[in-house]
Amino acid sequence: MAGVNEPELLHAGLNLANHPSEKQAQVESDVFGFWVFLMSDAILFALLFVVYGTMLDATAGVPAPHTDFKFSSSFLETLALLSSSFAYGMVSLNLKLGASRRWIWGWLGVTFLLGAWFLRLEIGDFTDMVAHGETAQASGALSSFFVLVGTHGLHVTCGLIWIVIMAVQLAIHDIDERVKINLIRLGLFWHFLDVVWVAIFTIVYLRGLLA
Amino acid sequence: MDSMVWHSLFGRFVWIDLPVVKAWQDPTISNIIAGAAAMIAVFGALAGLGLITWLRKWRYLWSEWFTSLDHKRIGIMYVCLAVVMIVRGVIEGVLMRVQQDLAVNAPGILAPDHFAQFFSTHGTIMIFFVVMPLISGLVNFAMPLQIGARDVAFPFLNSIGLWLSVGGAVLVMVSLVIGEFSTGGWSGYPPYTELAFNGGVGPDYWIWAVTMSSLSAMLTGLNFAVTIYKLRAPGMSWMRLPLFSWTALCTAILMIFAMPPLTVATLLLAADRYLGMHFFTNDLGGNMMNYVNLFWLFGHPEVYILILPAFGVYSEVVSAYSSKELYGYVSLVIATMAIAVLSFTVWLHHFFTMGQSANVNAFFGILTMLIGIPTGVKLYNWTWTMFRGRVRYTAPMLFTLAFLITFVIGGLSGIILATPPLDYMMHNTLFLVAHFHNMLIPGTLFGMIAGCQYWFPKAFGFRLEEKWGKRAVFFWVVGFYMAFMPLYVLGADGATRRTVEFSNPAFQPWLLVAMCGGFLILAGLASLFVQVWVSVKKRDRLAVPVGDPWDARGLEWSISAPPPEYNFVSIPQVGHRDAFYWRKRNHGAYKPADHYRDIEMPKNTGWGVIFGLGMAVCFFGLVWHIWWMAILFGLLSIAAGLVRSFQRDLHKIIPAAEIEAADRHWLAIAAAATPVSRHLEETPSNEGRAIWPE
Amino acid sequence: MNRLRPVLGDLLTYALGYALALALTFTAFALVYFRLAAPQTIFAIILVLGLAQIIVHMRCFLHLSLQRSARADLMLVLFSSLIIALMVGGTLVVLFNLRARMM
Ligand code: HEM
Ligand SMILES: [Cu+2]
Repeated sequence: MAGVNEPELLHAGLNLANHPSEKQAQVESDVFGFWVFLMSDAILFALLFVVYGTMLDATAGVPAPHTDFKFSSSFLETLALLSSSFAYGMVSLNLKLGASRRWIWGWLGVTFLLGAWFLRLEIGDFTDMVAHGETAQASGALSSFFVLVGTHGLHVTCGLIWIVIMAVQLAIHDIDERVKINLIRLGLFWHFLDVVWVAIFTIVYLRGLLA
Repeated sequence: MDSMVWHSLFGRFVWIDLPVVKAWQDPTISNIIAGAAAMIAVFGALAGLGLITWLRKWRYLWSEWFTSLDHKRIGIMYVCLAVVMIVRGVIEGVLMRVQQDLAVNAPGILAPDHFAQFFSTHGTIMIFFVVMPLISGLVNFAMPLQIGARDVAFPFLNSIGLWLSVGGAVLVMVSLVIGEFSTGGWSGYPPYTELAFNGGVGPDYWIWAVTMSSLSAMLTGLNFAVTIYKLRAPGMSWMRLPLFSWTALCTAILMIFAMPPLTVATLLLAADRYLGMHFFTNDLGGNMMNYVNLFWLFGHPEVYILILPAFGVYSEVVSAYSSKELYGYVSLVIATMAIAVLSFTVWLHHFFTMGQSANVNAFFGILTMLIGIPTGVKLYNWTWTMFRGRVRYTAPMLFTLAFLITFVIGGLSGIILATPPLDYMMHNTLFLVAHFHNMLIPGTLFGMIAGCQYWFPKAFGFRLEEKWGKRAVFFWVVGFYMAFMPLYVLGADGATRRTVEFSNPAFQPWLLVAMCGGFLILAGLASLFVQVWVSVKKRDRLAVPVGDPWDARGLEWSISAPPPEYNFVSIPQVGHRDAFYWRKRNHGAYKPADHYRDIEMPKNTGWGVIFGLGMAVCFFGLVWHIWWMAILFGLLSIAAGLVRSFQRDLHKIIPAAEIEAADRHWLAIAAAATPVSRHLEETPSNEGRAIWPE
Repeated sequence: MNRLRPVLGDLLTYALGYALALALTFTAFALVYFRLAAPQTIFAIILVLGLAQIIVHMRCFLHLSLQRSARADLMLVLFSSLIIALMVGGTLVVLFNLRARMM
């Protein structure tokens, strides 16, 4: 019996105990490769943060982005994403448990809805800002705000599309090895977006609301 | 045609955008050169395509090469891409030398705007579409063989990376025929690349070509890093990894972390140009210093991306042609890693003059000089490797020797530039141009050429003919000194870079020498082509099917030349550094496997080609504001990338019997081959089974 | 089923992560909403809270740990953090230095 600490269980869901070791090495490198991609993406976000930080004062006479931040929606967005991460945790857990795909669909669905709710809130925020004349074209500060937060939003959108794709692949292929690997990668992606969001709500929203 | 319809179909394209049309309407020399270049590009492409059709090679090329996921073939295709692009790059360099020679108190042959396109395309091509593909190519070819793997970790991603690079190169070539290229230099600084200064298509071509190359490099780096991290043969511990693979790993890590800043810089610039944002604009809060900072966050690590693999090649070459173990392997490894990490801490030396305080400059200046230490260590390692070795002066070895000496000069001029007060004098002069060519040509390009020559027999099964190789060395080295040493003098005398016309007559003689040097380099490039041509003709006499023509050390030499698709019949067990050398000396080489097993390899797929070229068309649409094209081909590419995740039957099985037959056939050739000694290495008796008397 | 035990452990990890993340988020938002201290102090505190939350996410959701099997991932993340620190820190120093000198 494999314990919690066994490598094959680490990325939740892969029981490879009875596979030849070459397969296992393949899986490990597949997942590791995705980690590398995420880290490269993390650099991208870090730089967008820095650009945002250096352009805070570049308001060019237009109100700064933070004048339009809303406490409630940034809070709800955070809740939505956090909960969706937990929901995706349940996807991983069911995978690991070898549960039937109905469970996986279910939790993927919950994740999707929470992610979509997040996006809806964010788009609402953006349209409000634009309605008040705070467009990305109005000042450097606004450009950097929209690009930073928007890039995260774009990632969430990609994540949502990916969820749909995985749901379809589950229907076609059931839970085969490639579906498993891609579900694990999707999980890493989704949790990673949460990490980025923590930085966004702290540095962009809470800091802005403080000002 | 109705202008609305025209606009929605063809975006902002109008006939006068064709250089040929422009040359017809306004036949200045500069325009005629542009028109002729466009014609050459078009006819060159047509001739190439026609030749393939005439030889009926389309099916072969498509099914055996373009769609291949084999790391060796992908590597070779990368090198082919670089070969095509270097021709244009060098010709542009030489034409710029001609222009500056003619343009002392005279207009010369190139209009200022055209000259600006020249240095922009030349720099962009040389960095992103010559040296980067050479690196991806060589590492792709040699690294998996060196670490005892069957392929890279992500073969499909590898194909995507290749075709993204090809797509970027296609964009640069298309800019020659339709429209124009950026005038903002290879670094693309705003305001020159901003909408307000240049609203044309040039900067957009630059942005998307570089973005494609940047994504390709990032994916390739990821692939290499994971491959080296996870797929080394059993027993190949870190301290047994061949040095080229070490440098490949460090370069891969740099690619992973240094390409995102470039992507951010180009995409934010695109946001300014396409969406009217204000990141780097002059007005409404834009700050172009942010661009400079982002660009060099990439740019400095980039120069180490370019140079580390060359260091790896030099290490392999010196050790093989001196018949000695690499001197100070551990210190070389440590130096490589130190360079990799330090290279993230010095980017500011590219903009000492931007206005930060003297303390900031001093800090980065000192860090920059620190990098010289590990690099110096390496020079000693290579020198000591040769000491009392049995050195053979083959072309790759001569390139290495030329590098050793020339690189020191470049390093010294680098120390000058790393001193902020001196940099204030030299910045933006030809002194800098001399410095970086001094690093990039002997440092990188010689290394890449040496690597191609060194591994050529492994890739194709026959050696390169030496005479033309040595001529190439001669032309390249002499040409290099003549073309670039005068620039140190000119720069110190105040000749600015990127300058279309000089007014100081004292510059004239130096510019003349530099121009002659440029032509010699062109001769060197031609010699390389002749070398390959002659070698192909004589390939029967140069054949080395056994695969180890110079008694070399790494695992890549332990298999046939060219290697089978699966590389190794069984994954080798590694017990020593220089694993194959050890085996040869201990009667372990050229032995049949204990058991022959089926091997699973990825099937070929064309989706990578469609993805890369689809992206190129999409970006072409963006350049010209042809929105339907951008959207359509963008979606097509994304779909092509996704299709594969739905497919299942992705592998093929190569049956054990087939493998055994091939292996036994090769072993028979090896058994029949006479081992050759050093002084017969360049004779036809070298069939690739080299063994030296101890 | 003997498979269930480790899964239970994992469930607890996710639940713990969720609870901690929520708690940290609530604290940060509450600090700002009720202005419980001077803005500078609050900002410093929420930065620390944010960092803590990132570590919680890494540990509980992304399963980074000191265990051998995750060590490659951990090393990668640490190295990336180093590079991020260099790039972010360096950029801030340089650009704020430039700004100060232009004022
Ligand atoms: C082979 C012969 C070469 C010749 C004759 C040549 C010549 C030149 C010349 C005349 C310039 C313009 C200098 C100026 O600003 O006034 C230039 C710029 C440049 N070259 Fe070369 N070059 C050669 C090879 C290379 C190679 C191999 C590389 C890179 C690996 C390279 C990279 C660059 C770069 C990055 C620039 C700067 C472009 C810019 O200003 O944006 N060159 N070269
Ligand atoms: Cu540098």
